[in-house]
Amino acid sequence: MTEASSNIGYAPELDETPPQPWAFWRTDTFQRLIRHRAFMVGAVLFAIVALVGALAPLITSVDPNALSIRNKFKPPSWEYPFGTDNFGRSQLSRVVYGARLSLGIGLGVLVLNAVFGVLLGAAAGYVRKLDGPLMRVADAFMAFPAILLAIGIAAALGPSSMTAVIAISVVYIPRTARIVRASVLVVREMEFVQAALASGATHYRIVRKHVLPNCMAPLIVQLSFIFAYAVLTEAVLSFLGLGAAPPAPTWGNIIAEGRTYMREAEWITLIPGIVLAVTVLSLNLLGDGLRDVLDPRLKVQQG
Amino acid sequence: MGRYILQRLIQAVPILALVSLISFSIMQLVPGDAATLIGGPSATPAELQAIRENLGLDKPFHVQLLKFYAGALQGDLGRSLLLGKPVLEATIERLPVTISISIYAMILTLFFGILAGVIAALRQNTWVDQTVMTFALLGVSIPNFWLGLMMIVLFAVHLGWLPSGGYIPWQTDLWGWFRTTTLAAVSLAVLQMGLLARITRSTMLEVLRQDYIRTAKAKGLPKHLIVGKHAMANVMIPVVTIIGIILSVLISGSVVIEAIFSIPGVGSLLGNAILRRDYPMIQGGLLFVAGSLMLMNIVVDVLYVYLDPRVRYDRGK
Repeated sequence: MTEASSNIGYAPELDETPPQPWAFWRTDTFQRLIRHRAFMVGAVLFAIVALVGALAPLITSVDPNALSIRNKFKPPSWEYPFGTDNFGRSQLSRVVYGARLSLGIGLGVLVLNAVFGVLLGAAAGYVRKLDGPLMRVADAFMAFPAILLAIGIAAALGPSSMTAVIAISVVYIPRTARIVRASVLVVREMEFVQAALASGATHYRIVRKHVLPNCMAPLIVQLSFIFAYAVLTEAVLSFLGLGAAPPAPTWGNIIAEGRTYMREAEWITLIPGIVLAVTVLSLNLLGDGLRDVLDPRLKVQQG
Repeated sequence: MGRYILQRLIQAVPILALVSLISFSIMQLVPGDAATLIGGPSATPAELQAIRENLGLDKPFHVQLLKFYAGALQGDLGRSLLLGKPVLEATIERLPVTISISIYAMILTLFFGILAGVIAALRQNTWVDQTVMTFALLGVSIPNFWLGLMMIVLFAVHLGWLPSGGYIPWQTDLWGWFRTTTLAAVSLAVLQMGLLARITRSTMLEVLRQDYIRTAKAKGLPKHLIVGKHAMANVMIPVVTIIGIILSVLISGSVVIEAIFSIPGVGSLLGNAILRRDYPMIQGGLLFVAGSLMLMNIVVDVLYVYLDPRVRYDRGK
């Protein structure tokens, strides 16, 4: 950094050797993450859930939608480890395949948030003229209670997994954009950015090579919490009949279907709820760990 | 102070206009013809036309929008298709129910959340701290609607201590109100309690390290005074900032929780509107909730000044 700034104006190659936070956090931060106990517990738990979802056909050979009326309302046993529901469907299959849908929707929300949150946040933070209007729009979206807005949008679009992804993303993108913008505002004023500007780098290059890499830490922390919110919100949407349409096995759907038979077959509702809670817990632990290591200033997350 | 409040209210106007635009646009998201969805498959073309005219769907977007704004300014948020009465009237009718449960949940949240956070901070890194924080983390991770269902199974079905649903207004029977709302309020409060406990703990730890606390200790003040009076004053500041967030999450949660416990509040009003595709009710209800929350946030910010004498909004503005 000192060497670089003393060469301003003479060193067009300055642009070729920007400070490389990516390379740094690969090594040092990675070590600290591995030593962070809560992070590792979260990472392992989440990896298990994700693997179970990914390898669903290997874990159970039973179709999650296969009906077997003869076997309805079987409590958990060797044959049916998680019991069966009112149609005699294997709850193990449904919960395992549910991991695919629930995590898949969470992942979709994560990707949309990363893409649009970064685009809009960088635009607001870097282009002064866009800052005011974009942030007012973000304020307006954030004036709605998060889950309520998602419910409203999903109600209009009609139930499907795609609806869930869009509805939840619309709610959280303004929040992500705000966080990206806040870091861009800080980084934009830093000397190395000014130096790059002075040495003739284009704005596009500055944003891509200098500004954004330095905004990664709070973004990654935010995204891990968004994943957790997305999985929870998806369950609420499914529970209300606004997520993936039944008989698709999402955890929210299974809980909603089990609700009618709660008195005689509580395992139908109990098990997917526990799995859901463990998944969200693992993501919260992951997020806490990432925050401690990457961005200790970020203490209060926005809800 | 008056000037600050006025300033905040003026700043809220463009955002409220955008909030209305978003609420209004929700009906425009409906794929295909909203009238067909509302009328159902058996509706005749004449009926569909009547629905369109009734909702103004036959007019261009900007005319509909202006009509919506003009109505909203006069306190007319549209007319519920399902109930056949104005959205505002239907919402206000049910408001006392939701407010009473929200206050109940808020009290639970503040009391247990702050208490847990303070205890964890005072016993930092002991088993007490770890246990309390584990529960806080669980609270943040458990879906509230599932918790509500499980509490019904345990407390209503198996133990029979509390009713599984229904609502008795507090005006007629306070004990009955308490019995019918406790499970709902607890389900709503658990997530927030966890959040608040985590925030209170970290703030308290920070405050306890400050010089004025050391001075108080050096003066020989008893510990309960140091924590209860000197430290708490500063711990409360971030707590007040998140009250707006807590309220917002409570209102969100009430849609599902009121449905589970068959409580006739604003939440179940909106929940029903969503299930039955009562779009004017959804639009108007969303606008009402967002608008009220914005107002609440301004009130909270004003309260801030009384809690934190360092914050002076008037100066320099």
